[in-house]
Amino acid sequence: MATKHSRMSARLMISPAVLLLLGWMLIPLSMTLYFSFLRYNLLMPGMEEFTGLTNYRYFLTDPAFFAALWNTIALVLGVLAVTVVGGILLALLLDQPFFGQGIVRILVIAPFFVMPTVSALVWKNMFMNPVNGLFAHAAKALGLQPFDFLSSAPLASIIGIVSWQWLPFATLILLTALQSLDQEQLEASEMDGAPWIKRFWYIMLPHLARSITVVILIQTIFLLSVFAEILVTTNGGPGTASTNLTYLIYMQSLLQFDVGGGSAGGVVAIILANIVAIFLMRMIGKNLDA
Amino acid sequence: MARTVTTQRKLVTTVFAWAIGIAIFFPILWTILTSFKSEAVAIADPPVWFNFDWTLENYATVQERSNYFRHFMNSVIISVGSTVLGLIIAVPAAWSMAFVPSKRTKDILMWMLSTKMLPPVGVLVPIYLLFRNLGLLDTQVGLIIVLTLINLPIIVWMLYTYFKEIPGEILEAARMDGATLRSEIIHVLTPMAIPGMASTVLLNIILAWNEAFWTLNLTAAKSAPLTAFIASYSSPEGLFYAKLSAASTMAIAPILIMGWFSQKQLVRGLTFGAVK
Amino acid sequence: MGRITLDKVRKAFGDVEVIPPLDLTIEDGEFVVFVGPSGCGKSTLLRLIAGLEDVSDGQIRIDRQDATNLPPAKRGLAMVFQSYALYPHMSVRKNIAFPMKMAGLSQEEQERRIEAAAKALNLTDYLDRKPGQLSGGQRQRVAIGRAIVREPAAFLFDEPLSNLDAALRVGMRLEISELHKRLATTMVYVTHDQVEAMTMADKIVVLRAGHIEQVGSPLELYNTPRNVFVAGFIGSPKMNLITGPEAEKHGATTIGIRPEHLEVSTGSGEWKGVIGVSEHLGSDTFFHVNIEGFGEPLTVRASGEVSLTYGDTIWLTPNASNLHRFDAEGLRIAD
Repeated sequence: MATKHSRMSARLMISPAVLLLLGWMLIPLSMTLYFSFLRYNLLMPGMEEFTGLTNYRYFLTDPAFFAALWNTIALVLGVLAVTVVGGILLALLLDQPFFGQGIVRILVIAPFFVMPTVSALVWKNMFMNPVNGLFAHAAKALGLQPFDFLSSAPLASIIGIVSWQWLPFATLILLTALQSLDQEQLEASEMDGAPWIKRFWYIMLPHLARSITVVILIQTIFLLSVFAEILVTTNGGPGTASTNLTYLIYMQSLLQFDVGGGSAGGVVAIILANIVAIFLMRMIGKNLDA
Repeated sequence: MARTVTTQRKLVTTVFAWAIGIAIFFPILWTILTSFKSEAVAIADPPVWFNFDWTLENYATVQERSNYFRHFMNSVIISVGSTVLGLIIAVPAAWSMAFVPSKRTKDILMWMLSTKMLPPVGVLVPIYLLFRNLGLLDTQVGLIIVLTLINLPIIVWMLYTYFKEIPGEILEAARMDGATLRSEIIHVLTPMAIPGMASTVLLNIILAWNEAFWTLNLTAAKSAPLTAFIASYSSPEGLFYAKLSAASTMAIAPILIMGWFSQKQLVRGLTFGAVK
Repeated sequence: MGRITLDKVRKAFGDVEVIPPLDLTIEDGEFVVFVGPSGCGKSTLLRLIAGLEDVSDGQIRIDRQDATNLPPAKRGLAMVFQSYALYPHMSVRKNIAFPMKMAGLSQEEQERRIEAAAKALNLTDYLDRKPGQLSGGQRQRVAIGRAIVREPAAFLFDEPLSNLDAALRVGMRLEISELHKRLATTMVYVTHDQVEAMTMADKIVVLRAGHIEQVGSPLELYNTPRNVFVAGFIGSPKMNLITGPEAEKHGATTIGIRPEHLEVSTGSGEWKGVIGVSEHLGSDTFFHVNIEGFGEPLTVRASGEVSLTYGDTIWLTPNASNLHRFDAEGLRIAD
């Protein structure tokens, strides 16, 4: 297998993928870095000049930045909490024997395949709309005042929508993991007299640990960059109540045309993402070795 | 599970599981139902469930007013195009990493995974400007390139884990049997790799179809795929629930069906082979 | 014809030398078994002969022709792998036909050889099944069939029986031996199981850490092991190895005596001991006897009908002509 010739051609075959990804990382990254030190606004072409750390100073002292940072963290943690806990419970339920398992499974995973813009619009209009939404109808039927979800609790509403999209993912993965659990282990612990809750705590949960790690890692990658859901529901508002970092930088760069400021924000986002990534890669690195 | 469960308990579980399943699926079900209603029925209070005049009018209107089919084709071209391009680049890479592993193989794989950690917004500005200068803004080619690159690590990883499962001894046996590299690939490797490649293709099409950061930021009217087209419904005028529903149903139906067929492989692909 | 000569063949993976320069000749028609503990380099050696690994130094000749740099397919050898390595997407027929198809044999010739192989290996009824539908033993036969139809100069077997259960293993062992008698083709067989080596081989090559410890017929290895390692490795149950004052009495660092060469008596003898565990096999009984001053209990073979049990005191006398003596380096001291 491992002859010299094959090793040469192997290297040749990897290179396109590696070079392309390297280019995809390095070229835009260095451009972002470069722009972040410039005063550069697309509305004032030809006025570019070096301004040192000014862009960073503006970006990091902008109250919107702290709001966005907080919203980003709340969004990631909120969705993770809902989907991991909900996913475990759902996986446990779907792992039980019942009639129509296959169909229910299909129903449960369906939201994952709905594109973000569609799910955000459907929830925004047909459910959360304070006049015509189903929730408003239900509230009125119960004699309650309809609640304007996206104005009164924008971040929580978005967490709800995003959680609906990601709950299937967590459920599917945890269910797969649960089904790979050796039945003899459970039977052994039953023989040992462990009640259900202890079997869950000492056998099932440790078995799921690896998959939970994977769910957290992958969801975090995607959740840090939630964009479409915010764009079509609240546009980050009211105020900055539902602006996350991704959306803030988007506004600065493509709505205010402030390339320099947007780039500084981009660098900050990359640094923050890297901090999270280093932590997560350690976790998954350990888990993927197996 | 070689265990008899009492029928009673099974019935209770059945009711409970179906209730939750339907609740989770409900927004999709409601969207599909609404797409067949007239606008007035769509917002009726109390809601009308099944007892209404079913109509296909909304589907016709959506196509008429906004040339729906064109955006649908944009989605198809972009997701299929980026998948094919991704495979062309990823197959050789994954093949050599799986069958001629070196000390750095693991590092390369981890590094590829780490490129997924790069927040897209961090490179939004330069990509936007590059695309503008190269005339790639609002083009299918531009989006195909971007989606290929962002999904490449996933394709490589998935193929790698599938190729890894083909035992090296089989390829050695082929070599002992006198197969040249060409016939080894045609007669042995490809038939064994096809199921894995198929699920990789499926997952990648799903991911590309639903991608909603770059598609929203890099396209306008001309080459907008469905993700971006649907977003135009966020600032509506007048009654539009039924039309929104019709557009949405058409946008999600193909991928919903594909997704249901690929559930199993999906887990593996999305977890980079960590969960099978 | 299949005479294989290894001339100072050496293999290193990076800085790690797994096979130091080694000479070996395998005569045409011989059944040669490479045996040794796992990690001894026996599989690597086989793969060097097969051409699946590059030789770092030295020369491999097959029928006097230099084959060192020939690709695997050009060496005229066929190999049966431990995992059988059947092509899962092809039927049994196609699996067996594959090497012939690669060699460009005519359709009729392919058919003829497939029929013959299938008949010889009892596979006629399974020709249109996929490997996934076969049992372990049947898969093994398909792998052998795929090797036979090439009419190779020599067969290479890499631990072919290790995935089978004990009963099947004995059956396949006989089938492979029979095949060798019938075809009279050179076979090189790798195993870690010394019973397979003893029962099948014309010539055994005992390997340890890439070194050849001894080459010889099964009986040569049994009767005159060249060193302590071979003595302990060949034979079942293992030879008893005794060190210390008892060995010095015989002018050696280590003495070895096989369980079947110890005389048991309830009255008198050279060593007095107490019976620990006994294993009754019906035809034979093996006692583990604890003797004062010996580190390990001795294994002794007695006839199946003895009525001694746990705790009984017995006397053992080694059969002087079957006593093996080894020096401080572990090498055999000639009688």
